[in-house]
Amino acid sequence: MQLPPYATTGQRIWFYTFRVICGLIFFFLIAPILTIIPLSFNAENFFTFTPGMLAFEADAYSLRHYRDFFTNPQWQSALRNSVQIAPAATLLSVALGTLAAIGLSQSHVPARRAIMAILISPMIVPLIISAAGMYFFYSRIGLQGTYLGVVLAHAALGIPFVIITVTATLVGFDNSLTRASANLGAGPVRTFFKVQMPLILPGVISGGLFAFITSFDEVVVVLFVGSAGQKTLPWQMFIGLREQISPTILAVASILVAISIALLTTVELLRRRSERMRGLSPG
Amino acid sequence: MARSSATAPDAFTGATPDNAMRDADRAEAAMVAADGTPLKRSLNRALRAQKLRALALIAPLLIFVLVTFVAPIADMLFRSVENDIISENLPRTVQALDNWNGEDLPDEEVFRALGADLVIASELRNHTRIGSRLNYEMTGISSLFRQTGRDVDDIGEIYADQFIALDEAWEEPSTWMTLMAADRWIEDREGWLRDAAEAEAAQDAAETREEARALDFDTPEPAFRISDLASEALPRTASIYSEFARVIQTEDEDSPAEEDPWNIVYQALYEDLSAGRGEGYEGEAAALIAAAREAVPQFEERSVRDFFLEEIDEDWADTQIWGTIEAFSDPYTAGYFLTAADLRLTANGIEAQPEGEQIYLMLFQRTLFMSLAIMFSCIALGYPIAFLLSNLPMRTSNLLLILVLLPFWTSLLVRTSAWKVLLQQQGVINDILVWLGVISDTARLALINNQTGTIIAMTHILLPFMILPLYSVMKTIPPHYVRAAKSLGATNWTAFWRVYFPQSVPGIGAGCILVFILSIGYYITPELVGGTTGTFISNRIAYHISTSLNWGLAAALGTILLVVVLVLYYLYDRLVGIDNVSLG
Repeated sequence: MQLPPYATTGQRIWFYTFRVICGLIFFFLIAPILTIIPLSFNAENFFTFTPGMLAFEADAYSLRHYRDFFTNPQWQSALRNSVQIAPAATLLSVALGTLAAIGLSQSHVPARRAIMAILISPMIVPLIISAAGMYFFYSRIGLQGTYLGVVLAHAALGIPFVIITVTATLVGFDNSLTRASANLGAGPVRTFFKVQMPLILPGVISGGLFAFITSFDEVVVVLFVGSAGQKTLPWQMFIGLREQISPTILAVASILVAISIALLTTVELLRRRSERMRGLSPG
Repeated sequence: MARSSATAPDAFTGATPDNAMRDADRAEAAMVAADGTPLKRSLNRALRAQKLRALALIAPLLIFVLVTFVAPIADMLFRSVENDIISENLPRTVQALDNWNGEDLPDEEVFRALGADLVIASELRNHTRIGSRLNYEMTGISSLFRQTGRDVDDIGEIYADQFIALDEAWEEPSTWMTLMAADRWIEDREGWLRDAAEAEAAQDAAETREEARALDFDTPEPAFRISDLASEALPRTASIYSEFARVIQTEDEDSPAEEDPWNIVYQALYEDLSAGRGEGYEGEAAALIAAAREAVPQFEERSVRDFFLEEIDEDWADTQIWGTIEAFSDPYTAGYFLTAADLRLTANGIEAQPEGEQIYLMLFQRTLFMSLAIMFSCIALGYPIAFLLSNLPMRTSNLLLILVLLPFWTSLLVRTSAWKVLLQQQGVINDILVWLGVISDTARLALINNQTGTIIAMTHILLPFMILPLYSVMKTIPPHYVRAAKSLGATNWTAFWRVYFPQSVPGIGAGCILVFILSIGYYITPELVGGTTGTFISNRIAYHISTSLNWGLAAALGTILLVVVLVLYYLYDRLVGIDNVSLG
């Protein structure tokens, strides 16, 4: 989109106005996330920029909120819970999800659409409804308020992401490779680990990352299915925002932004690698 | 947004069982495989094996999702109509109310049934649960039931005294045993007593304390069984007595053979005898019954109805309460759905809720209105961005796409806390506006804890879900169509509006449905920035689950929301396809 040399004044004005509008929208998208990073270094217990911060005085900035996050037992136990729940849920959904995705991409699967609809449903149903149903059902079978209950619930929520990314990777998978492997005498298990797995690994990893972030970020379901013993980081933030708003939340938020930038980069790199391996141009 | 066809119908070329099958069909003579079996059968077997293998791979996950996710949803649907608490805990009352005309005060029979039901319910500590269930339908019932539960065990006291005055044997638990217990049970119990005595003797003989402890006898008493003779001759007494025995055995872990029966048992006995029943009774206690039968007409009477109205609470004369009990006596009810639609079930059929209690239609309307508002702001903001991204060179647009994907990947709570910080009265936005002189320091804008706050924050949160599908559609629109339109004399606007825009409509549709589906079920953001006026139906669901404990209503509201989402999702599937959900 470039301005042709013969553009009229009106067209020029519109061209630049449009860019300014787009710039403003990008600002709207990104500014809230970026604002909280400097605010998290606030030396005061305020949620806005103090005059000292605007004048760039060194003593208006401090790491006290970060220190609070790393020393406060509540935040630490929340962090510990998150770190215990998310990997377990991810492992479960990746293991089951990858197998099922391989099954689903075979050429003969009876009732494929129905199966697919069931497997994707945790992503479609609003979280509050999943949370309500799980709360009712898990309290019937004694899973409500247990670590296992939260892990199972989060694994169920992460499964659609694994299914979608892994089946997408399998689209480009050349089935003659497994046949060649079988022809050379490898059993199905060996073929899976030596031939199939290395090729679909980028899809599996990015599905796993999606599942991980789903569990790590999730608050509605854990709020209902979990009890005080499973209080995760987002739950602690939720309580903090609702009741005793403290700038430590901003420090936690900044750390999470850094984590999401790292994850975004990983997923993007994986996607490019996967497309390169399948001979598609990156884009 | 790669379009995938991983789950599309068979599009394989080369040697698959299908192709070979078609070849076999076309062949004139029967084709035979290497081992001599007809090729068709051999191929069929291979095909079946392949299907089984695929299903075996899918099965673990399918079962997992069915148990951890689909079963909970089914449970919620079931709870939205389930209503067995009344029919299970007040069975006699429900039955007696069948004959009630719905207008006058119910007769003595109904009150007798209610008395019996409530004594049992209060012994099981269930009467408060019944009360709170009925309280959802009519305020005040809860305290009435709590109050009644305290006094109800005095019903029948007057008869208990008179039976005992007539013959002291009526006070003895053993009399009731001979009268009520089945012979088989008495034998079982004797065996059990022998075992217990033996165990005790063995324990006494044990040398060490550990040994003795290992010999502890903890088998419970065999479950009480009522004698057929008694339930035929004295049906009411037998029915109440077996409830008594069950409660004594399970709740108090005592033996009915050693406990005095409740007053209500004497009340039932009086009811049976005064109605002329018990005539043919020929069991061991026949003489006792015969004597009682003769004495009963001279007994001082006390109607249960009067007892309820005079001693317990005169509110029991209110026919509305009886109407409510009757209306909710079925094990399944549409009552929760009616409440969700601001209606209510009364004895006279379906009525509108009183003015002050109509909140759900308003909440549904607000949820729809705000979701639409969010959807339109997402179009307004997302369209230019998607347009720009799809018309820039690949390198630049990939760079700018990161600005869209970063919010998409950032934790929802991070974004919500950012808005909470920015929108506060003493927050960054108000500070900037004051500093710019747009508003005065005293007239700071209320941007949070209202609808404005929810719409701003949720537009920001859902904007990537609009931009990504729009972008993937716009990328496929060939640029030379617009150029052709312009070379044919169209102005910039006409070329855009008549040529470009119609081609981008599928993207708008997909983005709109996605944003709308996501926003009507949102909970966290409205809860944190919505205050009281900016909350959604989902916040009400959460309130009923965790605060008011009206789970049935929460389930009904959830069911309605689920149906709306599924219908929208079906549209999305028709428009875009389930498989084309992509994750940036």
